[in-house]
Amino acid sequence: MLWVPAALAAGLLVLPVVALVVRADWSTLPADVTSPAARQALALSLGTSVTATVACLVLGVPLALVLARATGWAADLLRALVTLPLVLPPTVGGIALLFLLGRRGLVGQQLDAWFGVTIPFTTAAVVIAQTFVAMPFLVLGLEGALRTAGTRYEAVAASLGAGRWTVLRRITLPLAAPGIVAGTVLCFARALGEFGATALFAGSTPGVTQTMPLAIYSAFNGAGVTQGAAVALSLLLVVAAVAVLLVARAWRPGRVTA
Amino acid sequence: MTRPSAMTVPRGAAILVVAALAVSACGSSDGPGSTSTTSTTGTTGPAATGATDLRGELTVFAAASLEPALDEVAAAFVAEHPGVTVAPVRYDGSSTLATQLLEGAPADVLATADLTTMESVVDADLTAGDAAVFTTNTLQVVVPAGNPEDVASLADLAALSDEGGKVVLCAPEVPCGAAARTVLGAAGVTVTPASLEQNVTAVLTKVQTGEADAGLVYRTDVLKAGDDVVGVDVPEAAEAVNAYPAVALADAHEPRVAAAFVAFLRTDPAQDALAAHGFVAP
Repeated sequence: MLWVPAALAAGLLVLPVVALVVRADWSTLPADVTSPAARQALALSLGTSVTATVACLVLGVPLALVLARATGWAADLLRALVTLPLVLPPTVGGIALLFLLGRRGLVGQQLDAWFGVTIPFTTAAVVIAQTFVAMPFLVLGLEGALRTAGTRYEAVAASLGAGRWTVLRRITLPLAAPGIVAGTVLCFARALGEFGATALFAGSTPGVTQTMPLAIYSAFNGAGVTQGAAVALSLLLVVAAVAVLLVARAWRPGRVTA
Repeated sequence: MTRPSAMTVPRGAAILVVAALAVSACGSSDGPGSTSTTSTTGTTGPAATGATDLRGELTVFAAASLEPALDEVAAAFVAEHPGVTVAPVRYDGSSTLATQLLEGAPADVLATADLTTMESVVDADLTAGDAAVFTTNTLQVVVPAGNPEDVASLADLAALSDEGGKVVLCAPEVPCGAAARTVLGAAGVTVTPASLEQNVTAVLTKVQTGEADAGLVYRTDVLKAGDDVVGVDVPEAAEAVNAYPAVALADAHEPRVAAAFVAFLRTDPAQDALAAHGFVAP
């Protein structure tokens, strides 16, 4: 009985990608995916996604630790707010970032006035947009892992005289490792696919802010032949994303629960 | 593995721009019952019959830049043909609309912002009759109200971008970007864009929100934007006048209404509505 809906679900998820493969023009595909524009966009995408993932780790791990151990309504509210980028349309995220860090933004106008720094239209803006949309994946994944692991081992270690830093390093983080790995992979994949917030906040300049998703949209918007390039670039991104997910799967430490 | 022919070599001569249509046939006539107007051309076909016997719901796909002018045109059309209703016009980028049509989206009329996109639909044999240019649009430099950077020419625009000012343009793939490239080329200047946006609205928004110091958009967009921004006319804009063709689609649900609507676009009531929004008659 489960087979029918399961097959439908799998079909809905997989068939669009199949259609993409079917539609691809294999005669021009090699040229399309190796064109300078495509390589530039892919390199920029990979570079910014790695940077954003590192930012998510550096900032998100502490946040997850704080959330996992915090109680009370303030923690609940913070948890809800942290989840927000996950459910908001990315375009809303882009507008919000623009209103925060844009030239007339809450913080952006001060940056401009004091340091002459403007963030929109820069590679940094791409990384910020990607970090914004990807962070919840790491924080929520890790927080769940931390809660599942509980605090018993930490309490024991502390009672045996381990300092807080030692407990974190030797007990908490190793226990949460699967959550960190899973979260990191999702972060990277999400950053790689980020479009909406980047389009609104960072704009699209080849080599500076034009990531793969923007290059694809740009090619798709062009009439005629460039749509072939859009399909080719889409395939390239699909292959890259599947590769990331497969590699992550292989590296995942042994674990019992999903 | 089948690919629409539109994605291969475009046939240059595929689009026939009908300069003079016998549109008077469905101009405002003297009340109901006056169905005696005669058609002077064969091409407009059913459109040239009486105004009052047209019925049905019309679905129009139109370039985003035509909003809201085309809404007014549609209202004027309905006023002349009470039996007709026009579904809310679907506005989007011309290429997006063309792709949707090529992939089977149902519509009666398509109006694009450029000839190239229309060509892809004509090449795919999706049209009934010829595409006719019904209006044009030209680029303007758009700057924040008061023109703080004092941009008066395309040379000023280039200088602004060289001095670190943020100048945004449309991406070369989209019509406004292609036009911008032509216009800048005609002026012999090079602008270093801070961003290449996907559509003209995105360029305008960047200027409106103060993220950009200037951009190149259509006159109609500047008019639409209100008091936040002002447009600066540049003579080189005449080098890239954007033509808007419209066509009745072969799979139209209401072929006669579709043909009548396309013909109506060239009549005075339609042209007046378009002119009020900054469009210029071809």
